[in-house]
Amino acid sequence: MTFAVESHDLTRRFGTLIAVDSLTLSVDSGEVFGLLGPNGAGKTTVIKMLTTLLPPTSGTASVAGADIVKHPLAVRRAIGYVPQLLSADGTLTGRENLLIFAKLYGMRRRERKVEIPAALAFMGLDGSADRLVRQYSGGMIRRLEIAEAMLHRPQVVFLDEPTVGLDPVARQAVWDHIGRLRADWGTTILLTTHYMEEADALCGRVAIMHLGRVVAGGSPAELKESIGGEGSTLDEVFAHYTGDNLDSGGTYREAGRTRRTARRLH
Amino acid sequence: MKQEERAAPHAVFTSPWLRPLAATATFVRQALVIAELEARKLRHDPTELLTRAVQPALWLLVFGQVFTHTRAIPTGDLRYIDFMSPGILAQSVLFISIFYGIAAIWERDVGIVHKFLVAPASRAAIATGKALSAGVRALSQAIIVYVLAAILQVRLALTVQAVLGVIVAVVLGAALFSTFSLIVACLVKTRERFMGIGQVLTMPLFFASNAIYPLSVMPDWLRTIALGNPLTYEVDALRTLMLSGQASSYGLGVDFAVLTGVTALFVVIAGQLYPRIAT
Repeated sequence: MTFAVESHDLTRRFGTLIAVDSLTLSVDSGEVFGLLGPNGAGKTTVIKMLTTLLPPTSGTASVAGADIVKHPLAVRRAIGYVPQLLSADGTLTGRENLLIFAKLYGMRRRERKVEIPAALAFMGLDGSADRLVRQYSGGMIRRLEIAEAMLHRPQVVFLDEPTVGLDPVARQAVWDHIGRLRADWGTTILLTTHYMEEADALCGRVAIMHLGRVVAGGSPAELKESIGGEGSTLDEVFAHYTGDNLDSGGTYREAGRTRRTARRLH
Repeated sequence: MKQEERAAPHAVFTSPWLRPLAATATFVRQALVIAELEARKLRHDPTELLTRAVQPALWLLVFGQVFTHTRAIPTGDLRYIDFMSPGILAQSVLFISIFYGIAAIWERDVGIVHKFLVAPASRAAIATGKALSAGVRALSQAIIVYVLAAILQVRLALTVQAVLGVIVAVVLGAALFSTFSLIVACLVKTRERFMGIGQVLTMPLFFASNAIYPLSVMPDWLRTIALGNPLTYEVDALRTLMLSGQASSYGLGVDFAVLTGVTALFVVIAGQLYPRIAT
């Protein structure tokens, strides 16, 4: 069978830095796959290559059966993407945000009339659809962004750090919606995170990245098993494979970005 | 399958003869969506348009009034205020467009640009849409300049053709300079560097043109530069169309050919460079 996402020796260099080093992975159709790692591990670079934003230095990958280098347009038609950073437009209403993207994806008026209210309702935003996004809370913005990414019914959705900067209640709500997206629509989801409980809650399988390489992979249970089984947490697995310091990576710029993202709009 | 039909709306054109036509229709549709986005933003928050009106008002009411009285600048039979009004409109178009790249950099710093680049839209279509968006903003400036010019009793040509011509010239000029700005933004990528470069570019573009004095008063070297400056042709087109009984220096055909040609060139370059802004 073909995988929803597949890569072979996918590599990206920036000058002398090897951001992603020979990444080989496969994600089944309908699976929630987690890419774990500390800041600077190369997770976002992987997502950028798979979403055709960044050409790989070497190696190959395909998404929904289309090669990311040879057929980028076919890839873009088949995917939805929620960037790590803020991507909803604060100066428009929630409904307008969706409307613009529906039009950009070539959805017809008849489809838009059905799909936009449906997506808003699905993400629990029907009550605030006509408010400016600037007035939304961080969790609502995230749910709007996910609604936007799934509007054209993509086969694969990429979520880059979907709950960074959210409080626990908002985080739980986003998790519930991601879970339903997979359950109701069978969407394949590839997400990155550095929250272990997020991987535990959502992912069928995870790969742990460290300094551009995959250092361990499997289901959360298998990984816990691999370092001593009973009672060990995914946090311990993570520390085991990446060294003890969780936030070893991360530059000034990344710190700024994370904080900005955490503040969301203002 | 339903999904495919939605993903490729031009697939309904099956004949190979119609394919370029369908591609053009898709391009135009995508560009218009980006322009619609801008128009919706402005509708929610029009304050920027009002603050933008201050500068042309100062130029026309203060600088223009003073120089009209002193008659220091030889503009032939034309009153100086009549001569400079189209120049100030061109200046507003330039100023509102040349910092457009800042918005692109802001969209990069948050994640908006990444989202657009992952959509199945051509990058040149997005660049064109951004250019049209600048045109939407610039048109609001045109309204303000027309009102001020009317108050100052400038001999405005108010025929339908003249007004339509001005609209086209304003949108085209805004498209040209905003796309140039987008190219610079794609190259420098940070706000600080962009602001520096923006300041350095704006004033020379403005002064090395026929906006507030005719080319005939310039030294040769400056006149040569001004003839290579697209703003000169923007001003000439606006001056010809906006005033009644005003002859063009280069011919409207030349003016619009220069503006269209340079804009098209910039859109192609910007379409190539735009993906770089996401990295």
